[in-house]
This record gives sequence, structure tokens and C-alpha cells, in this order.
Amino acid sequence: MRFTHEKIETQLPWLVILVILVISVGGLVEIVPLFFQESTTSPLPGMKPYTALQLEGRDIYIREGCVGCHSQMIRPFRAETERYGHYSVAAESVWDHPFLWGSKRTGPDLARVGERYSDDWHKAHLNNPRDVVPESNMPGYPFLSEATLDGVITPSKMRALRQVGVPYNEEDIAGATAAVAGKTEQEALIAYLQGLGLGLKGVN
Amino acid sequence: MSDFFSVFWKFWITTLTLGGIAFCLVLLINMSKRPSDSGHAAGEQTGEPMGHVWDEDLQELNNPLPTWWLRLFYISIIFGLGYLVLYPGLGSYAGYLNWTSRGAYVQEKQSADLEIKPIFDRFAQMDITEIAKDPEARLIGQRLFINHCAQCHGSDGGGQRGYPNLKDNDWLWGGEPASIEQTIREGRQAQMPAWGTVYGEEGVKQLAHYVLSLSRPVNGDDAALAAKGAPLFATTCAACHGAEGKGNPVMGAPNLTDHIWLYGGAEKEVMETIRHGRHGVMPAHKDRLSSAHIRVLAGYVYGFSH
Repeated sequence: MRFTHEKIETQLPWLVILVILVISVGGLVEIVPLFFQESTTSPLPGMKPYTALQLEGRDIYIREGCVGCHSQMIRPFRAETERYGHYSVAAESVWDHPFLWGSKRTGPDLARVGERYSDDWHKAHLNNPRDVVPESNMPGYPFLSEATLDGVITPSKMRALRQVGVPYNEEDIAGATAAVAGKTEQEALIAYLQGLGLGLKGVN
Repeated sequence: MSDFFSVFWKFWITTLTLGGIAFCLVLLINMSKRPSDSGHAAGEQTGEPMGHVWDEDLQELNNPLPTWWLRLFYISIIFGLGYLVLYPGLGSYAGYLNWTSRGAYVQEKQSADLEIKPIFDRFAQMDITEIAKDPEARLIGQRLFINHCAQCHGSDGGGQRGYPNLKDNDWLWGGEPASIEQTIREGRQAQMPAWGTVYGEEGVKQLAHYVLSLSRPVNGDDAALAAKGAPLFATTCAACHGAEGKGNPVMGAPNLTDHIWLYGGAEKEVMETIRHGRHGVMPAHKDRLSSAHIRVLAGYVYGFSH
């Protein structure tokens, strides 16, 4: 009996199974092996996971949608490394769940913004970007300096991240609430930003 | 590609990639055969009917893809195979061209460095004061300034509250070319302590009025307050700002006798500064810029006021 596509097209279970198989080939070849590679699964030497405060700051970064305008991915082109520093490597993101590489640069890339500006600059800039950069079209986030964190669920967040491989120890988790409680969202966000990309700072 | 946990993944990638291409090829050949026309009435009808009829006589026929379309698929397959020969795609095979994204980056950087080297070699022979006047250096300096300095000092170098104006030839940490270069390379950290708890609100007010009296005439009640502030100034502030309040570039202590105020010169603002202190930060740029770049930048900044 000759094979015709009609056989598949008229039997829904087969159609579903075969379609799934075909569309997953790309992922099976290009994505799955990355989970079994040294350079994409081991952190940079000396890299530390986010502190409790930085972790909360990161969640504020996600909540406010910063990733919509700021990428955290310096591509390996001279034009980018001259401006932002060493190109991003996979090892820097192994503890990022989810990663915040982004794909849109309305504002500059932030992958290596850590220690680039002072804390005071960040405060002024988050309250009203135009106070420090008159040409800026970034919205102001003055409310971040008024909202206070209580740190109640910070330990749970850290435990969840530990489940997926971030090396937090009991001591980190036990001290998390105290480290965060009473801090403003703005302080947390600045702590997060000031820690970004330090692992390869100064490497060319 | 050499850092897989096991060789299995090399075979996995190679097998799926080549297998996928082979499967597409087989499927394509199979589906491009024209079904036999036997058993059908001769006429305009060329394919097998699929058994679907609409509007009385409109039939769905089973025809292969148009030839031009099929050829595009064949071309894609040939392109894909050629690509896999030239570039790394199959397991740990590096490809005939030995291309890597890291290699491409290094090459791009090297060729740019070759182009740039003679320009910066010329600047290396020059004094920073000469760089400040060189049109080519100023163009490069401006690009660097916009990228690394403008966020705080403004795109024209005019500064703003808390971030010094670089155009007025008034310097906190020294305005000689070497000092500017040092400031950019190593950064600066100002340390104005908070005096609010030491002197209380009244003392802070007296001090503020004394400081203001250094740069402008005061009279009446203000003069009386200033007079009370004078001894306080002599015992504490003078250590950094000098007995006459002229400042000290070694500590980054500003001159208080001029009309330039980094954090504002109103009574309220001066009191705020004395009460809580100031800790202005200039970040270090030695990790972000090469020495050659820093020299050009120092020249550009020096050129704002010379």
C-alpha cells in the first residue's frame, strides 16, 4: 500500500504526535545540549549569588518591567564592548532565574552597570532621570523610595532558588529577612544594579 | 563546543541534524512524485481527488508542490549541507573555516586596533595640554565623554547639582592635567562628615552663616550668627577647608569663598550639607578605559576651560 499524507492528516493523534516531534527538533539540537555543557552551567570563578537585598531588587526590576527597555546582554562586537565592557558570557547568568537578557534597548544595556555610577546618582536618576540626564526619556520611579520592604517572603524566594541550583546556605536564608526589612525598594534596586556584571569588570 | 559533559551530545547533535536533513530530503522526493493518473477520466483533472467536494462540483485534488517551490527546498538542503561543512554545526567539528564567535570578535578588535594605533601613538607623544587643543583628539574625547561622563557631568560638561561643572576652571581635586587624569583613572571619594549631631541645629545654623559670610557680605542678625559660627569653623571645618575656607584639592574640599556651590548656596542647602555631610563619588575608570583613552579624555576635559 502506498504511503500518502492523507493517512496522517485524517488521524488526529498521529498528526499531533508527529507535529510535536518535528517542531521540537530545533530545540532538541540547539537548546537541550546546552544543559550538558560546562561553559553554560558553571558560574564564573569567585561569583557569588545575589544577596537577599539584591534579590529583592531584582524582583523589583522584573516587576517594573525594566527589561522592556534595558537589555543585559553585551554582544561580542567591538562597538558594544567599547561602550559597555567585556561581552556577556553564559557563566554570568547561570543563577539567574529567569534570565533578564532582554532584546530591546530603548535605554542602554545594563549588563555591566555595577559600580559605574554612585549610589547617589542612582537615587537621583530613579526619582527623576531628567535631574541627572536632561536628554533622558526614561520614566521616573519616585515611589520606589517610599515603599518599604518587609522581607517576609525573601527566605522562601531563596529556598526556591536553591531548589534550582543557586548555592544559598542556611545562614544566608536565616539572615535574609533581617537584611531586607526596613529597606526601601529603591535601595534594593540600587543594590541589585550596583552588583551587575562585576565578575568580568576590567577584563578585556 | 568541546566542553560537553559526555561525547553522547556530539552524536546527538550530529545525528539529529543530518538525520533531519535526510528526512526532509526523503519526504521531499516522496511528495514530489506525481500520483498516477490511471483510473481517472482524462481531462483537465491532473491529481487524485481527495474525496472532498463542495458546491456540487468543486473538488480538492492531490497535487505535488509546484516545481519552483520544490527547487527552493532542494537549494535550502544544499545550502544547509554546505553551511555545515564550512561552519561549526555538527558536534565538535570546528568547520572548514574554523570560525568561532570569539575568534570573529578578536579579529574585529585587532583590525580596529591596527587602524587606531597610529592615532593614539601620536597622542602618546603629546602633552595633555596639547591633546586638549588637538581637533582630532577633541573629537575622540567628545565621544568618550558622552559615553562615560555625560550621565553625571552633562553632555556639555556643565555639571549639575552634586556633579561638578567641568567648564568653569574651578576644581575640587586639582585642575592640572595630571590631577584630572588621576581623577578619571582612580576615581574620587569625597568625605564631608555630618555635623548635625555634633553641633545641633543651632550650631549648624551658625556655621552655615559663617560659611556664607566667606563669599558675600552679611549684616544684622546674620552677621551675629556668623560671628558665633567662626570659632566652630576654626576647630572643625578648617582642617579640610583651610583656616580661610579656601579649600584643599588634596581632600577634595571645595573653596568656600567663591560663588560656586556644588550642593547649592542657599542657607537651607548649606545647612543640609553641614547637617548630613556629603559623600560625592567619582567612579574609577581604569577598568573601563585604557590609559591611552584616559589621557585623551583628560585632555578633552582640560580643554573645557583652557
